[in-house]
Amino acid sequence: MSTTAPTALGAPRAPGAARPAQRKRRPGRTLLRSAPLLPAVVLLGVFLLGPVISSLYGSLTDSSLSGASAANAEFVGFENYASLFADPDFPKSVLLTLVFLVASALIGQNCLGLGLAVLMQSSHKPVRVIVSTIVVTAWVLPEIVASFAAYAFFNDGGTLNTMLTGLGIPGVNWLYVFPMLCVILANIWRGTAFSMLVYTAALNDVPPEITEAAEVDGARGWQRFILVTVPMIRRSISTNLMLTTLQTLSVFALIFVMTGGGPGTDSTTLPLLAYQEAFRFGELGFGTAIATILLLVGAIFGVLYIRALKPEVD
Amino acid sequence: MKQRHLGVAAIAAASVLLFSGCSAGGDGGDANTIKVAYQKFGQFTQMDDHMKKVKDEFEASHEGMTVELVPIEAQEADYFAKLALMNRSAATAPDVMYEDTFMVKTDVEAGYLAPLDDYIADWEDWDQFPENARQAGAGDDGKIYGIPMGTDTRAIWYNKNLLADAGIETPWVPETWDDILDAAETIKASSPDTIPFNIYSGKGQSEGASMQGFQMLLSGTDDVLFDSDEQKWVLGSQGFEDSLGFIEDIYQGGLGPTPQQALDKNIGTTINSEWIPGGELAMSLDGSWASGTWIETGSSPWPEWSDVMEVAPMPTQDGSDPGRTSMSGGWTLAMGSGSKNPDAAWDFISTALSKDNSLSYDVAASQVAVRTDVAEDPEYTDANPTFGFFSELVADTHFRPANSDYSKVSAEITVAMESVMTGQQTPEEAAATYDQAVIGIVGEENTMAASD
Repeated sequence: MSTTAPTALGAPRAPGAARPAQRKRRPGRTLLRSAPLLPAVVLLGVFLLGPVISSLYGSLTDSSLSGASAANAEFVGFENYASLFADPDFPKSVLLTLVFLVASALIGQNCLGLGLAVLMQSSHKPVRVIVSTIVVTAWVLPEIVASFAAYAFFNDGGTLNTMLTGLGIPGVNWLYVFPMLCVILANIWRGTAFSMLVYTAALNDVPPEITEAAEVDGARGWQRFILVTVPMIRRSISTNLMLTTLQTLSVFALIFVMTGGGPGTDSTTLPLLAYQEAFRFGELGFGTAIATILLLVGAIFGVLYIRALKPEVD
Repeated sequence: MKQRHLGVAAIAAASVLLFSGCSAGGDGGDANTIKVAYQKFGQFTQMDDHMKKVKDEFEASHEGMTVELVPIEAQEADYFAKLALMNRSAATAPDVMYEDTFMVKTDVEAGYLAPLDDYIADWEDWDQFPENARQAGAGDDGKIYGIPMGTDTRAIWYNKNLLADAGIETPWVPETWDDILDAAETIKASSPDTIPFNIYSGKGQSEGASMQGFQMLLSGTDDVLFDSDEQKWVLGSQGFEDSLGFIEDIYQGGLGPTPQQALDKNIGTTINSEWIPGGELAMSLDGSWASGTWIETGSSPWPEWSDVMEVAPMPTQDGSDPGRTSMSGGWTLAMGSGSKNPDAAWDFISTALSKDNSLSYDVAASQVAVRTDVAEDPEYTDANPTFGFFSELVADTHFRPANSDYSKVSAEITVAMESVMTGQQTPEEAAATYDQAVIGIVGEENTMAASD
């Protein structure tokens, strides 16, 4: 029996039998076809994998800005990680990072962005233009400018307290008393536009017939949204969660400008802790170990999103 | 398929966010150009003026040579980090750098600095530098790596009028820490809008807080940070806890700026250019250079300063001998170990520190002169009414531990200060955290328990 001939109806193909010939490709041709990808692969290797590997290696050394270990950094194995886990600042910093991430990105930016996108779908055009301009403005500002704007708003003699005093309410020193709340609000303000744009695009792709059909079937507004719209934009939700997570994990300038990680260590998230160890205390190896942990946190969230919101195969 | 794309995107994005700081250095310059790195920040512009002047002088006498000035606009701790990063790459390493004395030993160990002994041997001006000044720029190997530009001492600057308004007799000479706290209480009671006392504290002020704040206190107790006979770090001392207690009294007792003001990185500039001239701050524990801001050539000229401001030495904790204390440091000019033209770099250093140039810099930056010929020059002694006072303090001054781990330990002191001033920890808890941190830095074998 020829392996290439179609098998007779009802007769199962022998296990291990080769696939039809037309699916076979000569290896030489495949290689040739991949050749244009080569420069990209090399660039990725040099500029992406290279730094990752050198940072992993750096976190295993006692490299520092000055002193004997600046001249000859020694390989110390997992010593940096051991002392990191023994450092009382570390768990607090991880916790603050997670609080910042969950409150400002996952809940704040995502929900607010989705909410705005949904509301704007059913609103009139002038409203839509005005709202989206306002929201996008915060996003368009360079990070450092947005950070100073947020600082000017929250600081003791800032806009917020001036307004409160005008209303006869005594202001508090927001950045000092509620540092995390301030940076979370600032990050929501700054990042919501991104989620809003992603969700607006996703909602526009939902065919109106489907929601109309659900309406005919008797689904009420929120039911239509939860049961029909959300599953249909699932892939966008997953992508957006991932991107906002990674953006938020890397937020540095905003917190650095607004609170400097303080008071004390009350708003020292992992990027600030890494900066402080590496450039304030000169412990490059130790700082790199923190950065590596940050990388891991990002990777863990990435995997979680893919698992939880498994996008359908196309 | 989609899944894998997302995974790759995640790794890509995560890596980019972590490593976006990498950049390539340019070409390493040539032997006809020397690169000079120094700090220029806030009110400290005198170094910039000085370097521009020396550049002109140097280029006039060295035909074909160019001096590339690299003013690093950064606050103190960031200056050290930026300078160290410049030094790590041959392409950016400076030929001449402005180097704090406390960084000399650790930067020598890092291999950033070149020994100057061969040049000094032929330099007649070296006789003008007294022995203790020479040691300021010495490495652990005994060679000289930095030439001091001036030194400094620290004391309490106070506003005569504000103290008089509160009913405190001037000239005011506190004899114990309690005298300072009492005066601060009195000022607070009589004029609640005035900030009674400032002592630099917290991570934002880095070495300024550790040395100008904390060690000004600790040096007035019976304890030390580092036992130089045993070459060990002293842990668990009463003096350490008491010094943190003083910080707590000031900040948690409402006798200083608010902790948020104090943690502002720019508070040093604010104090000397706004609060003091504006009569908002009554007492300020600060360096001899503070008046450099107010003199005619300073960044915030304030002609009345010498009528309003007075200085008092910092007392010891309970008035014990010698009754007063101070801390000294100072900055040097040092040569980069990678210099392609060390002879020219040396010429630049010796030009910058010649008698005339030292004199004009010491006057402009309100430095305590280290060159004997400058210190005795009437042009120097008459330039500023406080020079005599601060020079005399040298007799009772203290120096920071001469140990290459100092800069790391010093950073831990600022952590302890900040957690006490913000009320996160009691002085006792903060001292215990500090002890653990020091053991982590130097190893248990290099520490010892305090004798009391």
